[in-house]
Amino acid sequence: MTNVYLLDDAIISPLGFSTTENLTAIKNGISGLKLHNNSLFDSGGFYAGIIEKSTIDKASAEIGDLSSFTKLEKMMILAVQKVLSQNEDLDLSKTELIISTTKGNIDLLQENPGFPDKRVHLTELAKVIKDFFQFSREPLVISNACVSGGLALAVAKRYIQAKKVENVLVVGGDVVSDFVVSGFQSFHAISDQPCKPFSHNRTGINLGEAAAAVLMTSKKPLKPINIEITGDASANDANHISGPSRTGEGLFKSVKNALNEAGVTAKDIDYISAHGTGTVFNDEMEAVAFTRSSLQDVPLNSYKAYYGHTLGASALVESILTKHALLNDELYPSLNYEGSGVTQPVNVITELQKKPLKHALKTASGFGGCNLALVFKKQEDE
Amino acid sequence: MNRDYRITNFVKIKNHKIYKGREQIFSEERSEDLNSFLKNAYSSFNMSYPKFYKMDSLCKLGTIATEVLLKGRKIHPETALVFSNSASSLETDKIHQNSMGKGVSPSVFVYTLPNIISGEISIKYGLQSENAFFISKTFDSGLIHNYTEILLDLNKAGEVVCGWIELKNDRYDVFLCLISNEGEISFSKENLEELYLFKDE
Amino acid sequence: MSDLRAELKKSIIEQLNLEELEVKDISNEEPLFGDGLGLDSIDALELIVLLEKDYGIKLTEPQQGKEIFVSIDKMANYIEANRTK
Repeated sequence: MTNVYLLDDAIISPLGFSTTENLTAIKNGISGLKLHNNSLFDSGGFYAGIIEKSTIDKASAEIGDLSSFTKLEKMMILAVQKVLSQNEDLDLSKTELIISTTKGNIDLLQENPGFPDKRVHLTELAKVIKDFFQFSREPLVISNACVSGGLALAVAKRYIQAKKVENVLVVGGDVVSDFVVSGFQSFHAISDQPCKPFSHNRTGINLGEAAAAVLMTSKKPLKPINIEITGDASANDANHISGPSRTGEGLFKSVKNALNEAGVTAKDIDYISAHGTGTVFNDEMEAVAFTRSSLQDVPLNSYKAYYGHTLGASALVESILTKHALLNDELYPSLNYEGSGVTQPVNVITELQKKPLKHALKTASGFGGCNLALVFKKQEDE
Repeated sequence: MNRDYRITNFVKIKNHKIYKGREQIFSEERSEDLNSFLKNAYSSFNMSYPKFYKMDSLCKLGTIATEVLLKGRKIHPETALVFSNSASSLETDKIHQNSMGKGVSPSVFVYTLPNIISGEISIKYGLQSENAFFISKTFDSGLIHNYTEILLDLNKAGEVVCGWIELKNDRYDVFLCLISNEGEISFSKENLEELYLFKDE
Repeated sequence: MSDLRAELKKSIIEQLNLEELEVKDISNEEPLFGDGLGLDSIDALELIVLLEKDYGIKLTEPQQGKEIFVSIDKMANYIEANRTK
């Protein structure tokens, strides 16, 4: 079977405009969540991970005149630009572009400062990115709720392994919009404090925005240490369109299938990057699924208290962080964790640790009952 | 790899008509209204599934189409769902957007994701299988063929329900296929394209 | 049957799209969730919206709904005691 390697990556978020900046912030325990004014809340505001317009505009100015693009498009362009600038000889005609987003330019439905109405369509977003970088193939666009970013990596891996293409550039992104905020608010899912994944005192999610990009290839890179995706699977709960399954069925099955494909068992997994949104039911469901998978002792974290839930970007951002955790032999703490609030044992990482790591598991779950698992492996030349 | 896959069956919903294979099985010429078309189709297929009434129109279309495709069949537990459209969930997105400030409804918001249809179908048929929702400008037979074949080749699925479920400004266009080892029509990009364009005239 | 109870049944059928039910099919005592009407978690959230819109009652915690949305009787009693419109 063809190996699938992760090459360069970029994360554009309130924590920084490169993966390095994001990792530095995480190591220093810095969160991108801030109190933002919003009239939808009785309290006058809510915590969210929002990128300042001035910061985006300053960074955009460095690549050219991006004034005709939306905020999300600028974020995605910045992410792709970072990756391509490190791979100037990449043959774009042999590179598939996969775009993952949950709601795309949905903020244009509310306020449309001079963009044509059709710009809200995800196909238009895809066209913008394709045209900007002059990709020759039609981009694949994946919109599969909160697992989109991880599913995009799985689809990329599958395309490469089926020899449909040699390289894939995956880019994902979503922004914080009143559209999504008001919806999650109607679910009473948004916390009025910074979120506390897996914690006994957790009270819900925060939303966030980010874009990320990663290049994947079948050709073994020349570096001595590389990260591969060796297993991937998705499975539906077949239980409820919004409520997480109480038995964690779909996540359990995704993990099982991904481990099988990777040829590893639970005891080989050194680290789990969980979805960990900070709602009562999601975190509980994950704990149940991990225990059912015999993964309850594996060090685990959620990055949501650094970023908020960045929807279609989240599993991609978190996969990139997982890749670097493996490369750096580092376990990053799950911010705001104050003691377990789930019924099954979880080994939540509370401080930065150095530890030899070889295999990591990334999971995500979302509305529609979707679940996803990816297995990452560090491959070291002898 | 590249085993011999077949288009076992297909369903089309367009212009007040529903086809199973090349045969028209339902039509509702009088009513221009999408909601009553869907409701009458639901009744005529004796679906008896009260959850249907809670769905948005996109999910109703997908649920009816899948019912036509799978009714009476022994369903493979690893039947993957590979769907695509152009407008995502835009019709329901607009309803949600317009309700902002007047009281947002959680039962509307939950449908502002295109993949909810995969969830609805998974629930109805107890399918804990692979799902993916793609967005493309028009029905992309290459995309659907490629990804479906990949899922089958890599043993990620045993059978696949795949195709196009589009709803924009009350205009709908549904084309779903069941892909398995059974049937006469071989599973190719060209055959998908031809069946999608097929009109009963 | 009191007007409030009939009114509640009518709006529940409408709001929750229980198209195959009529007012007479819902009793005052039967459970709304689980075995009774078989409502789910989204319906519960929708009932919170209904309380606020129609009766000016604002629940801050979805958990509160569990004690109120037991049956039509329980809901009606709660509304009578707490309504602001």
